[in-house]
Amino acid sequence: MSHSPPFFEKNEKAARTTPFDTLLVANRGEIACRVMRTARRMGLKTVAVYSDADASARHVREADEAVRLGPAAARESYLNIDAVIDAAKRTGSGAIHPGYGFLSENGGFVKALEEAGVTFVGPPASAIAAMGDKSAAKVRMANAGVPLVPGYHGDDQEDTLLRAEADKIGYPVMLKASAGGGGKGMRVVESTEAFQAALDGCRRESKAAFGDDRMLIEKYLVQPRHVEVQVFCDHDGNGVYLFERDCSIQRRHQKVIEEAPAPGMTAELRSAMGDAAVRAAQEIGYVGAGTVEFLLDGSPGRDGAFYFMEMNTRLQVEHPVTEMITGQDLVEWQLRVAMGEPLPCTQDELTITGHSFEARIYAEDPDQDFLPATGLLTRFALDLAGAGLSADQVRLDSGVESGDTVSMHYDPMLAKLIVHGPDRGAALATLNRALAALDVQGVVTNRAFLMRLATHPGFKNTGFKNIELDTRFIERNEATLFAPRTYSMEAYASAALIGLHQLAQECESDSPWDRHDGFRLNAPHTIRIALCDPWLSQGPAQAPDSDEAVVIVEGKRNAGESLWNLTINDETLTASLQPLTGDAVAVTLNGHRRRLQARRDGHVVIMADPSGETRLFWRRIDAINHGHHEAESTLTAPMHGTVVALLVAPAAAIEKGMPLMVMEAMKMEHTMMAPADGSVAAFHFQAGDTVSQGDVLLEFAPRE
Amino acid sequence: MSTISTQINPRSDVFQANEASMLNEVGKLRELTAAIAQGGGAKARKRHESRGKLFVRDRIDHLIDEGSPFLEFSALAAHHVYESEIPAAGVVTGIGRVSGVECVIVANDATVKGGTYFPLTVKKHLRAQEVARKHRLPCLYLVDSGGAFLPRQDEVFPDRDHFGRIFYNQATMSAEGIPQIAVVMGSCTAGGAYVPAMADESIIVKEQGTIFLGGPPLVKAATGESISAEDLGGADVHARVSGVADYYAENDAHALQLARACVSRLNWQKRGKLAMQAPKPPKLDPTELYGIVGTDLKKPFDVREVIGRIVDDSDFDEFKRYYGETLVTGFAHIHGYPVGILANNGVLFSESAVKGAHFIELCAQRQIPLIFLQNITGFMVGSKYEHEGIAKHGAKLVTAVACAKVPKYTVLIGGSFGAGNYGMCGRAYDPNLLFMWPNARISVMGGEQAAGVLSQVKREQHEREGREWTPEEEEAFKKPTRDQYEHQGHPYYASARLWDDGVIDPLQTRDVLGLSLAAAMNADIEETRFGVFRM
Repeated sequence: MSHSPPFFEKNEKAARTTPFDTLLVANRGEIACRVMRTARRMGLKTVAVYSDADASARHVREADEAVRLGPAAARESYLNIDAVIDAAKRTGSGAIHPGYGFLSENGGFVKALEEAGVTFVGPPASAIAAMGDKSAAKVRMANAGVPLVPGYHGDDQEDTLLRAEADKIGYPVMLKASAGGGGKGMRVVESTEAFQAALDGCRRESKAAFGDDRMLIEKYLVQPRHVEVQVFCDHDGNGVYLFERDCSIQRRHQKVIEEAPAPGMTAELRSAMGDAAVRAAQEIGYVGAGTVEFLLDGSPGRDGAFYFMEMNTRLQVEHPVTEMITGQDLVEWQLRVAMGEPLPCTQDELTITGHSFEARIYAEDPDQDFLPATGLLTRFALDLAGAGLSADQVRLDSGVESGDTVSMHYDPMLAKLIVHGPDRGAALATLNRALAALDVQGVVTNRAFLMRLATHPGFKNTGFKNIELDTRFIERNEATLFAPRTYSMEAYASAALIGLHQLAQECESDSPWDRHDGFRLNAPHTIRIALCDPWLSQGPAQAPDSDEAVVIVEGKRNAGESLWNLTINDETLTASLQPLTGDAVAVTLNGHRRRLQARRDGHVVIMADPSGETRLFWRRIDAINHGHHEAESTLTAPMHGTVVALLVAPAAAIEKGMPLMVMEAMKMEHTMMAPADGSVAAFHFQAGDTVSQGDVLLEFAPRE
Repeated sequence: MSTISTQINPRSDVFQANEASMLNEVGKLRELTAAIAQGGGAKARKRHESRGKLFVRDRIDHLIDEGSPFLEFSALAAHHVYESEIPAAGVVTGIGRVSGVECVIVANDATVKGGTYFPLTVKKHLRAQEVARKHRLPCLYLVDSGGAFLPRQDEVFPDRDHFGRIFYNQATMSAEGIPQIAVVMGSCTAGGAYVPAMADESIIVKEQGTIFLGGPPLVKAATGESISAEDLGGADVHARVSGVADYYAENDAHALQLARACVSRLNWQKRGKLAMQAPKPPKLDPTELYGIVGTDLKKPFDVREVIGRIVDDSDFDEFKRYYGETLVTGFAHIHGYPVGILANNGVLFSESAVKGAHFIELCAQRQIPLIFLQNITGFMVGSKYEHEGIAKHGAKLVTAVACAKVPKYTVLIGGSFGAGNYGMCGRAYDPNLLFMWPNARISVMGGEQAAGVLSQVKREQHEREGREWTPEEEEAFKKPTRDQYEHQGHPYYASARLWDDGVIDPLQTRDVLGLSLAAAMNADIEETRFGVFRM
């Protein structure tokens, strides 16, 4: 199949492209590193740009040259068009790769580059504009014969009219920011009564994120799958598609795990969607890498119905899964197209080999409502050898290394773990192994959640007819994915052994009193360890507040012996630990030997094997706080951020759990809830104020 | 640097037999220790815990740094001494590491006769204080005691080393800058009230701890006032009204946490200074001690085989190896601490005694701690030895041992008889700590020798009176003496009476000595002035 336009148009290409030997990457993090990797391989000089917060970030370290853009705030640095163009001029950069996010879909930026004579690695401004306004885009897509979800995309933004349109489409509907993307300013509305509140919230987020609060409304599919098609066009108007990616596994509209090809896909559907995608791109005169997102209706009886959602006029976060199954380097394609070369392959030359997954590693805490985490990454490493994996099975696209700091200023995604296997089952097994082999210390990540997800029985299910992998998979399986953490005897025993082993090696001095071997005279040496769910502890360094949730493991062994007798909840078992290579250890419990990867991050023991990750907060029992605690009467900022709104009046009577204040941090809203019945005695900040982590936000007076 | 080479064959019959018998003794010791660790028994313990109180050993586990050693003293105290068993004499004592500081802990066991003080309870409490003073270790008293055991008041109250000495020690140790911290977790009645009152800092547990000079029954009898124990002297009274207690604890665990906090605020610094080496385990296998020593005191062994399994890297620099060979002397390290070792390899002759005195002088001058490994039948007897002055040569050794001010530790690894016990730093010579192996025996002389001496006297008596004394009659005469000496020379008998600080598993000797030496580093090592050596 081919999508070549008439031959004569090719002569114009020289006028539209200029050769370049220096590439500026107007981005940060893993994507900047990833783009520069290919650029270097192609012999290009690489230039990074950075904000003050990123002065020593990995992408800066890896670049041949780097130019400071401005302060940490993105609008003063990575979104500062003048500064970026100035950096390109200072370094003689002939082209700019925008990565994703930031300026990647900013038509104004592309126009400015055209004026400055710098090549933009991406589509022309006109194409971005065509797709950037989602409402207008839908009209053009409809004209090009691309199927659309029923909805309202009009300019009239009157509240009552929007609500009437929503009523007309029929609930549930989806409210979306017209200028939006990345899950910001999006809400599902279940009923006409809930519409106004959702609209207000969406507008607030949209205004904050995009400076524009226009909304569109769409029919909300009950079992929608998010399947997107990678397309590529060159300056000659040739277009191909590099097959689909399934990005259905989302949490609050943020992708979590992506894969290619889509499970249950048929050849007919693939070519129908692919053709539609290329048609969509060509309709707007697209050049470069783009992604056409479709909703695939997974409801019974609706097999194969797909609707255009939007087109992303950039390289996607999840592009590596496409690279893994096609063997193509999409960044190389982008650069070649930007240099005016034709597409490296025709449609017929593109094939799918095996299956690939990508898991996004975020600095966030799944057990605390995905609260973004910051701090010093004391260790960030992938122990492939320890996990028995080879480099051709696993790829880690990372923007960080051990010793880097994760700041509050930008998206909390640290890295992407990408795997490849001959089929979906094998690739999934490799994904779990690779996740287990990832060692992140110092900053909480979503790894445990990713492992729970990737080992979930529903996730393994691949039949198209009973496919469970729609965009509400996480929501629907909350009960099992966020299961209360109950731990097996084996988990307690293993964690205790690891704790004991590490205690024994931690000697503060040569004095035998500083050993932790639990020496007792004429009796088994005795050590007790307190274990609990890490999130019952008061932060990584603090002991749990009460001893109720704590399980005490008592280890005993006689002088000179290696076998421990562990007592856990009145049960006893024999246990021994043998260190293997890397992080791997063998734990033998009652004669049953298991191999796992064990690490310690502060006081958290992290144990991972291909069946999942277990974390237990591990504490010397003498550190448990037994004292009485005054009821907390203040609410402190969980992290650095900005106050968005105060939701109650001071002194007004409120009930426990009522929202008091909204703050925004790391691009997410956090709501402070009333800890008890009572009232707010005083707010210490107003909307718009910046707060630091630990700041007392308000004084709460519990009702007597 | 000279590594001890071993001549031991672990596959020999002798080794195997020795090992089996020693393991048997160690097994019995562990069993007895475990039984004693149950305190007053399951019923008493259940009643105790049902009141929300922690068992004494759990209190210690909460108090010390988790995973750190606890060097318990005299667990066998009062074993088979009184008409009913008083496990551990009703008080658990030892050295534990609290907030990074080695402390002496004295903890009453209220499950044993209400924690009351029997004569040996007093002796054990005072001994723990003595160890604290000698090593300059802060004292933590976990008080839960009904005070003196009244039926035996004559053995616990009036004498110098009786109950009152506890408070004398608190006052004088506090004066020396040795912190005294009391945690009141149960009753502190009458004299007992002075433990918290005399302490530098005291903690009291809500609804558990009481402190008063006279309890409610006495108050009622004396003044007619009716008052509950809690209202008379509970935590609220003492933390809010009287000021007898400084910290108010919610429960036992909280109280012990507060005690840990108290210790963390002591600004404690060790004073002893020794040229340490990095500790290294022995090259020779310490578990072979069992097969080397055995339990038959009549079978000799080369004490170097024992030293090689106790000292760092099995490295022992022997002093005067070829002179006075029945006393082995030399320098080594234990857990990195330099030590001078004196160990018996046979009966003491004049040369061995003089060599020992010389070696002690060396160590005292260099401020090197001394380790005595006793396996001694005594000094050589006979005209040749008396004429060459073995008494004055032995006196030199005893003078040196008595006067040396460096930390001294004694382990009875075999026999400890007669003046040999003195020359090798027996209890009377104030070793910082003294331990026995389960195969050891201690008495003025061996049971056989004592029986022989007594029967010789008896035979002479018979001969004077012209009566015949048959070998059967002699044997019948000797047996009770032999039995008595065997019974009274047994380590359990000795340990029950606080003649030592505990019976230890030979395998733990190295750790026990290392912990002791490390504890000794809390104190300055004093200059030694020797007495007159008879030349």
